[in-house]
Amino acid sequence: MKLRRKVYMVAGYNTVSLGTGRSEFHPKKERPGIEHYLQEAGQAVLKQIGGSANVDEVVIGNFMSARFNKQAHLGAFAAIIDEGLRYKPSISVEGACGSGGLALTTGIRSVLAETADVVLAMGVEVQNTVKAIYGADILAGAGWFKNRKKGHAYFFPGEFSDRAGSYFDTYGRDYARKGMATWFKNAIENARLCETAQEHENKVGDLIQLGLSEPNGKVFTDYLNVFDCSKVSDGCSAIAIVSEEGLKRIGIPKSQAVEIASFAQVVDNLTEQPKDPVELTCTKVAAKQALTDAGITKDDLATVETHDCFTIAGILATEAIGFAERGKGAEFVAAGNTARDGIIPFNTTGGLVGWGHPTGATGVHQAVTLWEQLTGKAGDAQIKIPKEKPYGLSVNMGGNDKTVVSIVYKKV
Amino acid sequence: MENTERLQNVSVLGAAGKMGSGILLLTALELADLSLKPENKDKTFILNAIDVSDAGLSGLMKYLQGQFIKAAEKKTVQLRGMYENRDELIENYDIINQYVFDVMNIIRPTTKMEVAYNSTLVFEAIIENPDVKVKLLSQIDQNNHHKPWYFTNTSSIPITQLDSAANLGGRILGVHFYNPPAVQKLVEVIKGKETREDLNEFALGLIKSMRKKAVPSNDFAGFIGNGHFMRDALHGINEAKKLAKESSWVEGVYTINKVTQDYLVRPMGIFQLIDYVGVEVCSYIMSVMNPHVKDEDLHSDVLDQLIVQGVLGGQYSSGAQKDGILKYEKGRPVAVWDLDRKDYIYFTDFQDACDAKLGKMPSTFMPWKAVNFNRSKAAILETYFNDLNGMNSLGANIAKTYNSRSNEIGKKLVADSVAHSEADVNTVMLTGFFHAYGPINEYLK
Ligand SMILES: NC(=O)c1ccc[n+]([C@@H]2O[C@H](COP(=O)([O-])OP(=O)(O)OC[C@H]3O[C@@H](n4cnc5c(N)ncnc54)[C@H](O)[C@@H]3O)[C@@H](O)[C@H]2O)c1
Repeated sequence: MKLRRKVYMVAGYNTVSLGTGRSEFHPKKERPGIEHYLQEAGQAVLKQIGGSANVDEVVIGNFMSARFNKQAHLGAFAAIIDEGLRYKPSISVEGACGSGGLALTTGIRSVLAETADVVLAMGVEVQNTVKAIYGADILAGAGWFKNRKKGHAYFFPGEFSDRAGSYFDTYGRDYARKGMATWFKNAIENARLCETAQEHENKVGDLIQLGLSEPNGKVFTDYLNVFDCSKVSDGCSAIAIVSEEGLKRIGIPKSQAVEIASFAQVVDNLTEQPKDPVELTCTKVAAKQALTDAGITKDDLATVETHDCFTIAGILATEAIGFAERGKGAEFVAAGNTARDGIIPFNTTGGLVGWGHPTGATGVHQAVTLWEQLTGKAGDAQIKIPKEKPYGLSVNMGGNDKTVVSIVYKKV
Repeated sequence: MENTERLQNVSVLGAAGKMGSGILLLTALELADLSLKPENKDKTFILNAIDVSDAGLSGLMKYLQGQFIKAAEKKTVQLRGMYENRDELIENYDIINQYVFDVMNIIRPTTKMEVAYNSTLVFEAIIENPDVKVKLLSQIDQNNHHKPWYFTNTSSIPITQLDSAANLGGRILGVHFYNPPAVQKLVEVIKGKETREDLNEFALGLIKSMRKKAVPSNDFAGFIGNGHFMRDALHGINEAKKLAKESSWVEGVYTINKVTQDYLVRPMGIFQLIDYVGVEVCSYIMSVMNPHVKDEDLHSDVLDQLIVQGVLGGQYSSGAQKDGILKYEKGRPVAVWDLDRKDYIYFTDFQDACDAKLGKMPSTFMPWKAVNFNRSKAAILETYFNDLNGMNSLGANIAKTYNSRSNEIGKKLVADSVAHSEADVNTVMLTGFFHAYGPINEYLK
């Protein structure tokens, strides 16, 4: 559906994505809690938009704080970000790893409904509170619990390993692994350019060789190695979603904002296994709807932020969005097309594999990255945005392609 | 008796000790995995953790719980398969908890030696005292109707001696783990003259299943590992004494410790290693070995003197290093014990002068930590030792003499038939002592 009111995003902020890879991270050292992350990112946005008085509403995307942090009811944390948010509307929304995307669409809807002109949209997750083997239990909540028993110890890596296995069987193992290793390499190289990225300090020489490490099903999964996986991360991202009036209120010129050209939010049936394991069908539907509603095609996009929770998900996304034909994604990526100097740069600050994946924050992190790129604020990670391609696309996925949020952003 | 049946009732003697606790840990995991096999569903597995110390056993159980949790977390992928049919165990968390319970449920901590009377396999890891070991082993054997098999962890007592003194009729084998057993990969396996071959084979199977590396050693006091280490240590002490004639004992110790660690690219210097094992333990092992060796005197008056002065080394139960010949801060040596002043002298007082005397190290030097896990280890060592060979400094010369002595000791172990081969000697030093290269090498001339 075409938007009936102009909606913008502006004043984004990402905390560091904290976890293994960052030199300040030590599993046994005390770390900031969920409150600290909300404060850091929330206050940084408020500072840019003239303070909490300008905010009409707060939306916080989060997946599993109830288990990772034994903490629910995140909406009511708004007032710790700023006293001025007390007695304002604030809610938390959940859709697994798509929670951040849902925070964005919730904020957009409020602006469209004219119940708010300025929404503070946030996403947060603090996952390093438990070891990965228990984190896997928690994250498995993004699937149908009835399938947990027969699932892998590392449930989601297991699910996507199955997809990778099908892709290997259908199109060839070495062919696929080459594409996946290239995806990994691009992710790390982009992360090195972004100071908040978890892999910012990565110094590995031969990334392709590392990416090609043999998977070991005895201790992990049959078809994915750990480099094929996104990181376990703590982090928070925040951005303001505003109307035209809102922009005036916060006193920021339009040129500093991105316009939301369209958004799509769709779900598939959580209780079913993927009908077509080598296709991200729900992603395909969402991206198509977003592009159609924006009145553009993939060729109008300057960059894409996609949900590469695993390298195979990145490959499959190039196919689902329409850049590569079915089965040709691995080749498309291996040929360098998705690198920062390729025909369509994907995940320019590293994506989930390189920047990090604080699950509930990821959707918002994608919005912040696209806002930065389209307004020339991406620093060392800045790519060229061609005049004739003023658009960016995000794809944020919950579970195994079950909740998908896809948004088209336009340079103003 | 079939192997599984033999493992249904096992006793570990000295279970609360450094070695016993690790052996118990490994054995418990082994038995738990056996008990979880579908074909063993109706069998009971018992592991008696026997020790004279109640406090020790209580600490043992705490240690084990932590270790079992870690072990379960590491192999959750397999455990999910093993508990496939337990519908109520859904999350990793459920499965890990159940496994920890199942392993703990096999263990019976006790101070009553009598429980070993029902065992079919007895693992002995009590104090290194031949009389105490013999007394306990024969007591158990006289009262046990199962003709049990015995493994002993002795570091230095000949197996044949234990066998005949305790009248075990060849039912004993040396199964010499390294400290800490949970981590160290090496196990020396020592047959006595009469040791049964089926016992040896059973042990090799078990060691493999514990994912350890077995190296056979002949039944000479000290076997391969200590056979090398004790002689190497004596050489170090003598070299320090030589240097002391022109400087001081303190400087000699510092210098030799530095040469053995840095110049020879070892994980720690020889005096730190003596402290690590314990001054008394080293002295004791030498005394047990000494009556069995010809043409050599494995004895050190310096170690005797240190023991009298109460300078003992060894470790705290936390694994931290106690002060010994060297004093430690945050695990690093910082001072040397002065035998005359009976106090520690800090390195900082004399280090620069000593280092100057040693001379420059080759620019290609890299510390052990950077070398040992390096993919190009062989090439790095080759270049470095080549450079060192070309040097005529004091440091280079001490290193050359040290390495050739280490070489000689290694070759003698083969000549004396303690080791079956030069390769076995090297394997023991590489895996048991974490050396970056074997004592039998062509690096230094
Ligand atoms: N520590 C090492 O580095 C090392 C390495 C290899 C082999 N070993 C050998 O392993 C054996 C044990 O050494 P450790 O270092 O573990 O010693 P330890 O002192 O830590 O442990 C010995 C344990 O045996 C118990 N004990 C003593 N007498 C007993 C008896 N009569 N009955 C039952 N329990 C008794 C003690 O309470 C103690 O818990 C020795 O034979 C030693 O030579 C030690």
